[in-house]
Amino acid sequence: MNDNPQERPRALNGKAPDVFTRGGWVPMREYGEEEVDFVIVGTGAGGGTLACKLAEAGFSVIAMDAGAYWRPLEDFASDEHHQSKLYWTDERIVDGADPIHLGANNSGKAVGGSTVHYMMVSLRFRPEWFKSRSKLGYGVDWPLDWREMWRYYREVEQTLSISGPVRYPWGPKRPRYPYRAHPLNAPARYLARGAEKLGIAWAETPIATLSAPRGKAPPCVYRGFCAAGCSTNAKQSVLNTWLPRALAAGAEIRDLAMVGRIETTNGRVTGVHYHRGNEWRFQKARNVVVAGYAIETPRLLLNSASCEFPDGLANSSGLVGKNLMVHLNQSVYGYSQDEIRSYKAPPSLALTEHWNYEDAGKDYHGGWCYMAPGPLPADWARTVSQRGLWGRELLDEMTRYNHAAGLKMVGEVLPGERNRVTLVDETDQYGLAIPQVTFSFGDNEHAMIEHALDFMDRALEVVGVTQRWRNESETAHLMGTARMGHDRATSVVDADCRSWDIPNLWICDGSVFPTSGGVNPSLTIQAIACRTSDRIAELASRREL
Amino acid sequence: MLAKRDTPSWNEQTREVVDRRLALAVAEGVLSDTQLATLRAITTRVCPDSPERPATTTLAMVVRKIGKDEGDGHRLDCLPRTAECWRRGLDAIEAEARLRFDRDFAELEPDNANKVLGMVEHGEVCAELWEDLPSELFWKWRLLPDLASAHWAQPSLWSAMGFGGPASPRGYVRLGENRRDPWEAVEESRRPLRGWPQHHER
Repeated sequence: MNDNPQERPRALNGKAPDVFTRGGWVPMREYGEEEVDFVIVGTGAGGGTLACKLAEAGFSVIAMDAGAYWRPLEDFASDEHHQSKLYWTDERIVDGADPIHLGANNSGKAVGGSTVHYMMVSLRFRPEWFKSRSKLGYGVDWPLDWREMWRYYREVEQTLSISGPVRYPWGPKRPRYPYRAHPLNAPARYLARGAEKLGIAWAETPIATLSAPRGKAPPCVYRGFCAAGCSTNAKQSVLNTWLPRALAAGAEIRDLAMVGRIETTNGRVTGVHYHRGNEWRFQKARNVVVAGYAIETPRLLLNSASCEFPDGLANSSGLVGKNLMVHLNQSVYGYSQDEIRSYKAPPSLALTEHWNYEDAGKDYHGGWCYMAPGPLPADWARTVSQRGLWGRELLDEMTRYNHAAGLKMVGEVLPGERNRVTLVDETDQYGLAIPQVTFSFGDNEHAMIEHALDFMDRALEVVGVTQRWRNESETAHLMGTARMGHDRATSVVDADCRSWDIPNLWICDGSVFPTSGGVNPSLTIQAIACRTSDRIAELASRREL
Repeated sequence: MLAKRDTPSWNEQTREVVDRRLALAVAEGVLSDTQLATLRAITTRVCPDSPERPATTTLAMVVRKIGKDEGDGHRLDCLPRTAECWRRGLDAIEAEARLRFDRDFAELEPDNANKVLGMVEHGEVCAELWEDLPSELFWKWRLLPDLASAHWAQPSLWSAMGFGGPASPRGYVRLGENRRDPWEAVEESRRPLRGWPQHHER
């Protein structure tokens, strides 16, 4: 029998994979074709979290994911190349002045979404970012209040047992992180020393890998393959935190289920057409939540265009697919006399958010932080080769790997309508129109990159890292394309992630971000999902769903 | 690197994956004889095997990727899909070699082969086949990343660069600079690095 989870669904016949045991199963409720309260499209940071919370609130939930249902203990190798099975590598076109890398960089195709290969950095937004237009003079205000978000951040941090410092140097007072911080690896120690020499604060990064056991998950063993998937379950992903809870609360998860179209009648959604087991099927639902991240979400909404909604669903503002944002992810590297061996432990164990909270001295809008990266061999070879090295030169440069030390930024990109996701005529393996992703940096991004690279260069210089060079083109993360807002003319969903146009259509993932902030988005996506669930429960209790 | 294969640093999945990779043969029928000879020669120039180390299956991996027409999740709007992009690129490199040196690319002296590749890298090509395939984009988005990804998936290259290698379930304990677990390789070639200052302040 074919037991390849990329070819044959695993969540079937009343059971789903137990991610904590080899070959294990847990019971799963199945709804068949019966109409459910919620179909959720995508099981990543937005959809997986929401599936858990809605099921626990008593709703009937089916969560679908186009990807495979992995058991990390038996399915994951310590191998970059093999683990590319976790990435969304279906055909997508990129263009613009600065076409972005997708796939391994920011897109997951698995139950659990890209949290299965994320770097686990779990940072709260700076409070002012939720009102960046009124408080900081750029971007657009969110319809959310930071104090409310602060409470939901706490819920996610507890759920993921975030390891972090006792005192966090930036922003309003926050409670202690649930688990102690991890010891610093060499790149993180370099970051810390550099920050101290330059007179700015640094901290151990709040990170979603365990520093002590939790339930069936063991502490991190510092193997460093985080971006290739965690084979021990120390990584706290949606796959091994929210989804086991979702199943226990009665949610059904359908793996290898690609949703191609949302059906509408009389101004409401009625269910989804999805491809599973070599055939197209229809699932009825009283509500549909789209949680496919900033490319698949607008793609599905646009691919669902009908006579009633000729421009795609939830698109009366014309903003579906627009205002795509990434994070600046430029870096500076150099070489030390020390053996750094940055492949050990999770990357990014130390960070500074100094330039997220300090606005003086900037000739641009927005914030950025930086962390200490730990590239694996093939990733490093691709990075180094982009400097024009190949052949003997590349081979020689690669022998210095163990001495390389670097700093990498996560920088805020401003929203702009020219950066967007559209559809092209070409179709994919499901027969669905594929997305085109258009992206260009603006003047603000170029000014931030220049400041950040200069600063990081100095932060390496003062700790004896020489022969430095700059990697100027990288980006990370995806946000925008279905922004939330106060006004239906200038946003796609409201503060509750409910679409303005179709009352039983919701969007809950990174695509609802109006601005991008200067921190990794996964914690905020999960916090928004927790809030959305609470709001849905409240609306339901008032019969306003 | 492979000496650690049967230790707690390698789990069963990793052993399977790497064993399969090391046994991978160059698939037949994916490329024409000339295309394959060109790709073989390019691989030798761009990603040479490390001297005195086991041979790699880099070429076989790239041919496999072409055979399966595997994408990366992002394709420049002006480039075709993986397989077509490679085939057209290989044909164009061959045509460039014929044009410049009147010989097959695979038969060029190393210096001349490098010259042709340098032209591709910098967009200084003349062959007509490049008209619909910008050579510097083919180089940057297809040729170089595909070759580097396959080459540095090879245990012999991991050894050469001093990478600790697969690390599950055992992982690592000693994380600070100049610290090494007993199961991590000692740097073989602590060759003096170029351009060091005599002293640097800590």
